Amino acid sequence: MTDWIEACGAGDIDEEDVIRFDHGGRTFAIYRSPDDEYFATDGLCTHEKVHLADGLVMDEIIECPKHNGRFNYKTGAAKGAPVCVNLRTYPVKLKAGKVYLQIG
Amino acid sequence: MDAGMVIIGAGECGARAALALREHGYDGPIALIGEEAHLPYERPPLSKEAIAGADVPVAKTTLTAERIADAGIEFIGSSPAVAIERAAKNVRLADGRAIAYSKLLLATGAVPRRLPLAVAGPRVAYLRTFDDALAIRARLTPGSRVAIVGGGFIGLELAASARKRGAAVTVIEAQPCILMRGVPADIAATVHALHAANGVEIACGEGTTAIRDDGDVRIRLANERIIEADLVVIGIGAAPATALAESAGLAIDNGIAVDGRLRTSAAHIFAAGDCCSFPLALYGGRRVRLEAWRNAQEQGALAARNMLGAELEHTAVPWFWSDQYDFSLQIAGLADGASSAVRRDLGGGAFILFHLAADGQLLSASGIGPGNAVARDIRLAEMLIARQARPNPSELISSDVKLKKLLAA
Repeated sequence: MTDWIEACGAGDIDEEDVIRFDHGGRTFAIYRSPDDEYFATDGLCTHEKVHLADGLVMDEIIECPKHNGRFNYKTGAAKGAPVCVNLRTYPVKLKAGKVYLQIG
Repeated sequence: MDAGMVIIGAGECGARAALALREHGYDGPIALIGEEAHLPYERPPLSKEAIAGADVPVAKTTLTAERIADAGIEFIGSSPAVAIERAAKNVRLADGRAIAYSKLLLATGAVPRRLPLAVAGPRVAYLRTFDDALAIRARLTPGSRVAIVGGGFIGLELAASARKRGAAVTVIEAQPCILMRGVPADIAATVHALHAANGVEIACGEGTTAIRDDGDVRIRLANERIIEADLVVIGIGAAPATALAESAGLAIDNGIAVDGRLRTSAAHIFAAGDCCSFPLALYGGRRVRLEAWRNAQEQGALAARNMLGAELEHTAVPWFWSDQYDFSLQIAGLADGASSAVRRDLGGGAFILFHLAADGQLLSASGIGPGNAVARDIRLAEMLIARQARPNPSELISSDVKLKKLLAA
């Protein structure tokens, strides 16, 4: 079983927004949904390796800041051109006001 | 009997259209006709990674051979279309073959404008294709001297890439400033300063009177100055590729003229992307032609659906980006006709200019900053523009006010 990594405080992410989290040479994007749930995916878009943390979160969709590739950040599903490869997602849990990721 | 869908032009637009036909349930024959031998590939990297990258570049395909096979698309490379035979509904190829169509899409793109006074030579280059990029790259060795005629986006992106390769760069622009077309002066000044800080010489306000390639390139300016270089790249804009459409008798108006549904003056023929001019509903139906990757993609997909009878209007807000050094510029909308502008500073040198009409309607947002610092706000601005919103200028100025809130208003 892989360890849970403390990533940030729950309040560090606004509702319906995203931040970047780097750990162990890898980079991730952590999301807070409009209904106040937390999710995590790989940080880079599967199209051109652009960081998604600069993108726009609308409902359950993250849109790449460069080419408007869209993913459902809850499932990682690519939502059409120009992206066709899904985004990897990671389990997230909240504990005592902190956000933890399982990134093994 | 369905003769099939034929697409002339295998760039971003044509490739996207071919895929969209399948995505929307079309199961008849699709032929995608390209001039180049390459499978459809993305052009934006040609002035950026393909030149600046450490590794020998590989064309970034939008359609791999596997995907073409899976989708059952017939890709015809290296054999340009030479005529549209409207009566017979055939496309005639250079090799003599006739390809029958029931619906035809012209996605022929745009070609670099030629500078007549530039004598042709191995050191006089234009950038359009992957092979052009390879040829330019091969001459951009560290310490080489490159002159770029034209201070537009292609020229400036090339300048930044050439600097990364260690070349000495001079940009020659006949206008008083770089980026005079469609870019606010404050942003053009920021781009100018960025190039100056990276060691590029920008010579503005001087026309070029002669370009010769006698082993070395010699460029003579109107003020008699001679610039010597190992390579000159001419980037003075592009012209829509309309020759086929013109000889087929289709209406032309700064590009192949289409209606809001991307149909040409012939009922069975559509056009999309850089080659066409279309009425932009959001801006009073003004006819525009866009040279932009996203527009090519969106119009390709929309034309495909309309070839299948969807009758959809193109309503997208024009959007454009450019990367130079570690900065990225994005523009949504068109600023023409604006009566005022306000500025939003995002910190770290990033800022956005919003252009507003006299009645307060947001017409455009133009931003520049390190990385993708302006991307999110430009995207939100694009949505505000699409809604014909009249945001409070004081809220646009304050970076404490989230643009997403204005969208909800």
